[in-house]
Amino acid sequence: MSTSIKTENDITVAKINGDLDHHTAKFIRGEIDREIAAEHPVRLIIDFSEVTFMDSSGIGLIMGRYKLMQDLGGDVVVASPPAYIKKVLRLAGIDKLTRIVGDVRSAMPHTTPDVKENGISGSTEERKKINEEIGSETN
Amino acid sequence: MKRSAQKPINEMKLAFPSYSENERFARIAVSGFLSQIDPCIDELSDIKTAVSEGVTNAIVHGYKGTVGIVQLNVKIFEGGRIYIKIQDKGCGIEDVEKAREPLFTTAPEDDRAGLGFAIMETFMEKVRVRSKVGKGTSVVLERTVRSRKQRS
Repeated sequence: MSTSIKTENDITVAKINGDLDHHTAKFIRGEIDREIAAEHPVRLIIDFSEVTFMDSSGIGLIMGRYKLMQDLGGDVVVASPPAYIKKVLRLAGIDKLTRIVGDVRSAMPHTTPDVKENGISGSTEERKKINEEIGSETN
Repeated sequence: MKRSAQKPINEMKLAFPSYSENERFARIAVSGFLSQIDPCIDELSDIKTAVSEGVTNAIVHGYKGTVGIVQLNVKIFEGGRIYIKIQDKGCGIEDVEKAREPLFTTAPEDDRAGLGFAIMETFMEKVRVRSKVGKGTSVVLERTVRSRKQRS
């Protein structure tokens, strides 16, 4: 189990590797909370693409971070959960609490200049998607 | 050796201390044992999740800050029926009905979601809980799995 955490442009991406259970959740929670306390991001993206197992401890982890980010005026996005993790997320109603997206890039907003700087404004489709997101966030 | 229909065709027992490191060991052990009936990946994934919930409950709530022994008994019956018993000799549950309610937790400060039993009930066909305060708790999970060979 390991977690790689990076904050750029006020967005923290936490990529969890390995099993997410009661034993590992406490370490992951500590790492994410330290980063949030230090960086005060506006969005926390939790990347599940490399998670090999998850039980309700993962739900507790997401719900706890959701409350924390809400207190800071930010939000949480769940990215790339494999099918069996989606099943647990749906059962817990996490899809009603946070956005669940197919990949980290889809969870990236924000402003057009940032997008250009990051060089991901290439396709019209991508730009449309991001503009839609900015629209829905400001509405 | 002739085996009757009522008797399991195979069985395993495990006992381990309630260290949280053993949550992973327990689900891998169950998954390894069940691999002989060649279950589908999604079924195995459901069973592993249910076992993880049951074992975590024993560790977090049954033994609550103390160390005790968690016992695991897995039986395989004809037709792919599986029986899993997770037992602790911990503090027991005062109100089992309440404990089984979704989102009920006695440890919200530890980010426990209160969904352990809801997950066990969704992912398994039968969940039976027996508990006595001061004596311990046993959770029995049952489900019939269809092997990949049977499906093809």
